Amino acid sequence: MASSPSPLSSVREQLYRANILEHYKKPHHWGRLPKADLSHSESNPVCGDEIGIDIKLGHDGRIQAVGLFGSGCAISTASASMLSDRLIGMTLAQAAKIDKKQVLADLGIDPGPTRMRCALLGLEGLRKTISQKTR
Amino acid sequence: MALGKSARKEFPIFSRKVNSRRLVYLDNAATSQKPQCVLDAMSDYYKRHNGNPGRGVHTLTAEAGEEYEKAREETARFIGAKPNEIVFTCNTTESINLLSYVLPAEISHGPILLSKMEHHSNFVPWQQMSARTGRKLAFVPFDVTKPITAKNLEKINSQITPSLLTIAHASNVLGTINDVEEMARFAHENWKCPVVVDAAQSAPHMKIDVRKMNCDFLAFSGHKMLGPTGVGVLYMADGLMERLPPFMTGGGQIGRVDDTASTWADGPAKFEAGTPDVAAAVGLAEAMRYIRKIGIDKIHAHEKKLVKKTLDMLHGIDGIEVYGLPSERGRVGVISFNVNGLHAHDVGTILDRHGVEVRAGHHCAQPLMRQLNVVSTARASFYLYNDMDDITALEEGLREVKKIFSV
Repeated sequence: MASSPSPLSSVREQLYRANILEHYKKPHHWGRLPKADLSHSESNPVCGDEIGIDIKLGHDGRIQAVGLFGSGCAISTASASMLSDRLIGMTLAQAAKIDKKQVLADLGIDPGPTRMRCALLGLEGLRKTISQKTR
Repeated sequence: MALGKSARKEFPIFSRKVNSRRLVYLDNAATSQKPQCVLDAMSDYYKRHNGNPGRGVHTLTAEAGEEYEKAREETARFIGAKPNEIVFTCNTTESINLLSYVLPAEISHGPILLSKMEHHSNFVPWQQMSARTGRKLAFVPFDVTKPITAKNLEKINSQITPSLLTIAHASNVLGTINDVEEMARFAHENWKCPVVVDAAQSAPHMKIDVRKMNCDFLAFSGHKMLGPTGVGVLYMADGLMERLPPFMTGGGQIGRVDDTASTWADGPAKFEAGTPDVAAAVGLAEAMRYIRKIGIDKIHAHEKKLVKKTLDMLHGIDGIEVYGLPSERGRVGVISFNVNGLHAHDVGTILDRHGVEVRAGHHCAQPLMRQLNVVSTARASFYLYNDMDDITALEEGLREVKKIFSV
């Protein structure tokens, strides 16, 4: 009989991949920036998670530093961490163009309907952070 | 009539799988599953009796009205009330919102007293009433490892004279059963204020006797007690309906409508504007008959055993923190916990892959989450169809969680 992967091994392979667990345990750019130019905290009303983003701009208007803060699950924390890697060196206009597709590609998983909001919490926070500047 | 595994045969949903696993349903505090007899009763109502109750003279309208009133009688019997003390609403939330709109005209201007153990549905409506009417909010101090009793009220007795006390009979997060009977006595004697009891988590699982409890109002939902969604209950003690204004107005709740003003129907109808969900009320009544035949005390005892077993299991796993009372004593079948600082969402997702359905999140109780100093918890909650096998499945799932996160 051919062996098929059990639902458990597939969850290990799919949702909690090694790169997600690494970002969750040691999220990049974690910690508030004391002199942020832009800042916003986004919460998920379903679970009470909160992911905040501080952004520091350089003289050239590009993102010089990012500081993540708050409290989230593995998916929302890893997703925000990966997103923060993308942001360094971008203009706000470029950052504003990051979309759902790119965030999910970074994660490398389909979070499914119950966890989609977690996966996109950081992106939602980023968009609201940037809209403060462009408002 | 059976409990545990043999009861599951009467609930069609348990014939399905979740992620190729047996469905282990441990989210009963959110909503319960429905036995075949409830589904049949609702279907039978639509197939044979459907009409608009109490409107007109034909046979079907009369039968629909009879079915609706029979449901009211069954509901009254379930909590030791009289039928004319039972208002049907959509759910606990609507019952409490109703009160938050009709009570201000009849109560003092003192603060609204409630606890931070409340579900948002017994919290936010009172915040809104506070904002509308200028009454302050006051909170009963409590220790999360103990029930709330009249002693907690004594502590603030010298500081305030509340216009209202509203309190959960059982916590949807901690499972703690609060001593509402003593609190009602204390509030009536010392403050002469009405007492509202949120029985959403208690009515499905333990004997309620409103006379003994001596509350003025009591609210609960049908869907958490084997009944359908769309029907809730608001008990109003005899004599209160006449004194209170209606909440929603319109069809079915009027006495006489003149061009510029109206009078109201007598009794529960005054608070039931619009065509009600008769089929849901019929389903709820069938659910109550089902529970009554088993015996609610037996259900409570069964769930207590499950809680004890689960607490022992959780305490046996390294790094699991359990919230609330130390043992199964004084609890309904609800247990909240966290695993080694992991987020409850991640715990819930992995358990779901095992077919184990628990709630993960803030449980619509953010003030309590803050008091517990957590963002969220995982919660297992039981009903009559759960058994020891379900707890074994939960344990296996939790061990997998720890393996995946290496904690």
